[in-house]
Amino acid sequence: MSSDASRLGFYLLLAPILLWLVVLIILPHVGLFVVSISEKIGPREYEIGMGNYAAFFQEPLFWRTFARTAIMSILATALTLILGFPIAYYIAKLTQGRTKTTLFLMCMIPFWVSELVRTFGWMILLRETGVISNGLQALGLVSGPVEFLYNDAAIMVGLVYTSILFMVVPLVTTLDSLDNSLIEAGYDLGGSSTAVMREIVIPHAMPGIVSGCIVVFMLSLGNYLTPILLGGKDSLWFTGMIYTQFITRFNWELGSAFGFLLLILSSLVVFLGLKLSGQSLSETMGRS
Amino acid sequence: MLPAPPDLICRDITKHFDAFRAVDHVNFEVPQGSFFSILGPSGCGKTTLLRMIAGFQEPTSGDLLIKGKSVIGVPPNRRPVSMVFQHLALFPTMNIGDNVGFGLRQRGVARAEIRRRVDDVLDRVGLPGVSARRVDQLSGGQKQRVAIARCMVLEPDVLLLDEPLGALDQKLREHMKVELKSLQAAFNTTFVYITHDQSEALVMSDNVAVMNKGQFEQIGPPQEVYHRPATAFVAGFVGDANTFEAKVTAVNGSMLTLATQTGAQMNVSAPQSGFDTGQRVDVFLRPEAIELVASDMAAQNGDNISPGTVTSVLFNGANSALTVRDTATGAMINVALPQTGAFAGIGTGDTVYTRWDPTKARCYAAPGVK
Ligand SMILES: Nc1ncnc2c1ncn2[C@@H]1O[C@H](COP(=O)(O)OP(=O)(O)O)[C@@H](O)[C@H]1O
Ligand SMILES: [Mg+2]
Repeated sequence: MSSDASRLGFYLLLAPILLWLVVLIILPHVGLFVVSISEKIGPREYEIGMGNYAAFFQEPLFWRTFARTAIMSILATALTLILGFPIAYYIAKLTQGRTKTTLFLMCMIPFWVSELVRTFGWMILLRETGVISNGLQALGLVSGPVEFLYNDAAIMVGLVYTSILFMVVPLVTTLDSLDNSLIEAGYDLGGSSTAVMREIVIPHAMPGIVSGCIVVFMLSLGNYLTPILLGGKDSLWFTGMIYTQFITRFNWELGSAFGFLLLILSSLVVFLGLKLSGQSLSETMGRS
Repeated sequence: MLPAPPDLICRDITKHFDAFRAVDHVNFEVPQGSFFSILGPSGCGKTTLLRMIAGFQEPTSGDLLIKGKSVIGVPPNRRPVSMVFQHLALFPTMNIGDNVGFGLRQRGVARAEIRRRVDDVLDRVGLPGVSARRVDQLSGGQKQRVAIARCMVLEPDVLLLDEPLGALDQKLREHMKVELKSLQAAFNTTFVYITHDQSEALVMSDNVAVMNKGQFEQIGPPQEVYHRPATAFVAGFVGDANTFEAKVTAVNGSMLTLATQTGAQMNVSAPQSGFDTGQRVDVFLRPEAIELVASDMAAQNGDNISPGTVTSVLFNGANSALTVRDTATGAMINVALPQTGAFAGIGTGDTVYTRWDPTKARCYAAPGVK
């Protein structure tokens, strides 16, 4: 009796998460996959085939954009880690009390406005008639206006800026949990700063590093607004290409194939990242 | 040839945290191969002092010499001292062998040599063959020994220990006390050990320093600190004691006659002298210095004899005690109850006589008013 009741309770509790999984994640992806393997052979006439995937590999623009997006996202993730780690270390280990809270809040302030506004902020700074260009001219460092927008560096700046919080938060959490006496013991036993960092701090922070990297990589790969606005029309970002297929070309079949390929790519990169860092997904997500 | 300088010399070490003085003009020397304890209540500045020796904090003033060389300004990773942390601070991301080998790796010792020396030191602390284990696979006492091995493998001039037994249970703590002492003797390394537990300090040390509010009140061998405490604080902090507040009513050479506030008369020998009639004093009397006398026949003569009533019997094996209420004054005193059989049948409500030798009590001028 009671075991029946508890089993019912278990399923009732499980229901929302199952519903969420099925309706919001599994169904759309199954749909995406089904659409992606339909080839249009005439008006309202479809047959099953891998033609959309073949089209992707036959057109260099498609797969080059795909590879470029992946490499730029990995680069953005690495840059975010390199910038975020010292910030997180400073917040977690070198400040206390009020200063710590204040710094942590300051990291979040940019996220109180929408991504669109934030990106426009960067445009105001970087455009030809923008703050930096004018500033350089006023200082006499350059003779004419300089365009900082619409190149890969601008995209990179935007991507790092948009996602750095998602790197700093898990890093601060894991570094906070590192007992200061472990760092001191490292020095006490004759370790240099680099040795203590490499052998004690980074191994401890590994779960935070990996989970931060996964989130930042996903965000960059799936980012649409930042590459388009800061990189311009020719930013060649894969999500932009998916958007074009769905909205401009009405080619949902090819768009779905692209979407599915992006899913495979992100899963693959995350899998490789976990393998290379020797972490498991459950450990990473469980600790941070 | 000059005798070797002491391994550690602290000269007038002072540490301020803003206006607060955590360590106040501390002076001491620790000879090579000896076990030195710093004993004091928590918050008295022990950890701060130890961290200055290890190099994690710089003294506000004063000098620190290790093997005769000043180490002021030398960073912790270049000081010839090692520290066993309060919670041991073993690296959880490394196995035992890597933990112990950490310091040797920093020195660039060859891999095979590291393995040999790690195995050797683990052998010496009685943990052979644990190299491959994870930190969380060891018991509390084993972790303790690994933490010591991790320091000892570097052959430091001085080993610093910050209340390392604090986290262990009572039984293991008793065991580790003996073990630490024998490890120290086996390695023949200078140990500086801080603790708030007087029994740890008394059992293990060659010399004990008693610290209070940032200052050293007394430095000496355990017996001296216990039997001849230099200050009222030491007398109260080290070991148990009955305390009385009293006033000097007569001075006769080194013998004082005192009257307590409750009206009891007592005679106390105070060789340090310097007391005047009318002066307020604090008297400390150890429970084991008080003798129990069953009948008033035996209590014919001698000093400080008074009848009392047993109010409770605190049986605790070899540390058993009685609480006795003095019939004349109502004062409560603790008396050690030796388990020799003589007073085996004593119970609450029995009448006993207490007697103590005037030389066994310690007398100090009361703080403040004269
Ligand atoms: N970094 C610090 N800043 C300010 N006060 C401190 C600091 N470290 C210790 N103290 C103070 O110094 C006193 C002594 O501390 P500590 O040396 O840890 O004592 P113990 O180890 O004897 O318990 C305490 O009152 C503590 O609050
Ligand atoms: Mg302490």
